Amino acid sequence: MNYLWAFIVGGFICVVGQLLMDYTKLTPARILTGYVVGGVILSALGLYDPIAEFAGAGASVPLLGFGHLLAQGVMQAVDEIGLPGVFTGGLTAASGGITASIVFALLASLIGKSRDQN
Amino acid sequence: MKLPPRNYDEMVKRANPPSPVLKDCLWAFFVGGGICLLGEGLRQFYLIWYDQQLAGTLTSITLVFLSAAVTVPGWYQKLAAKAGAGTLVPITGFANSVVSPAVEFKAEGWVTGIGAKIFTIAGPVLAFGTFASWVWGLIYWAMGMF
Repeated sequence: MNYLWAFIVGGFICVVGQLLMDYTKLTPARILTGYVVGGVILSALGLYDPIAEFAGAGASVPLLGFGHLLAQGVMQAVDEIGLPGVFTGGLTAASGGITASIVFALLASLIGKSRDQN
Repeated sequence: MKLPPRNYDEMVKRANPPSPVLKDCLWAFFVGGGICLLGEGLRQFYLIWYDQQLAGTLTSITLVFLSAAVTVPGWYQKLAAKAGAGTLVPITGFANSVVSPAVEFKAEGWVTGIGAKIFTIAGPVLAFGTFASWVWGLIYWAMGMF
């Protein structure tokens, strides 16, 4: 059941993004930024945790989940160390994905060749 | 030729073929759902040894790695041409937005080429995401005061 919900919820979140792409003039950068900020807001309102609970990776893999991670991280850090956690919690929780993206990008640039985008 | 704006809108609409929204959405659903399914498989695998939080982080790292691996030969971009938001919205799309310019702008050097260009999309995502989490952290901290 975990797998089915991950597929359905993840697919549905992507369809919402596709509708934004087809019906608005939003660029990919704006959509991704909107998804992350939207994830922080949904998580802050307590609406995202129940979805993450039953959809697993279906909720955490889309960028809404990245926002959720930032929001959960900052709460955890505030619980642990108080006010300084406001500054450290978000990126600490998200650091794995961010570091992986940067490191693998730099390694990829060593082996990859520029090509036409077609 | 002078046209009132409304006529011009109609001309533009006629010149642009209607985007096949249903087909786009089906592609986005199955490819995006498929990437999440793969993510769930990885997560269950990591949950054998690790707690929820670490399993989630390892899942993200693995997906980012796989995305980089298929971005270098240009396969992710090919899939993205059909799958649209299905490949954009998952974390693999974020990774692709970082890895793809790293390869593309190699010729412009390490600093102003690769170093700067990898953040064309990731930069705004991280800037506003971090800011939003800071605002929420501050509210959450203030709520704890009362």
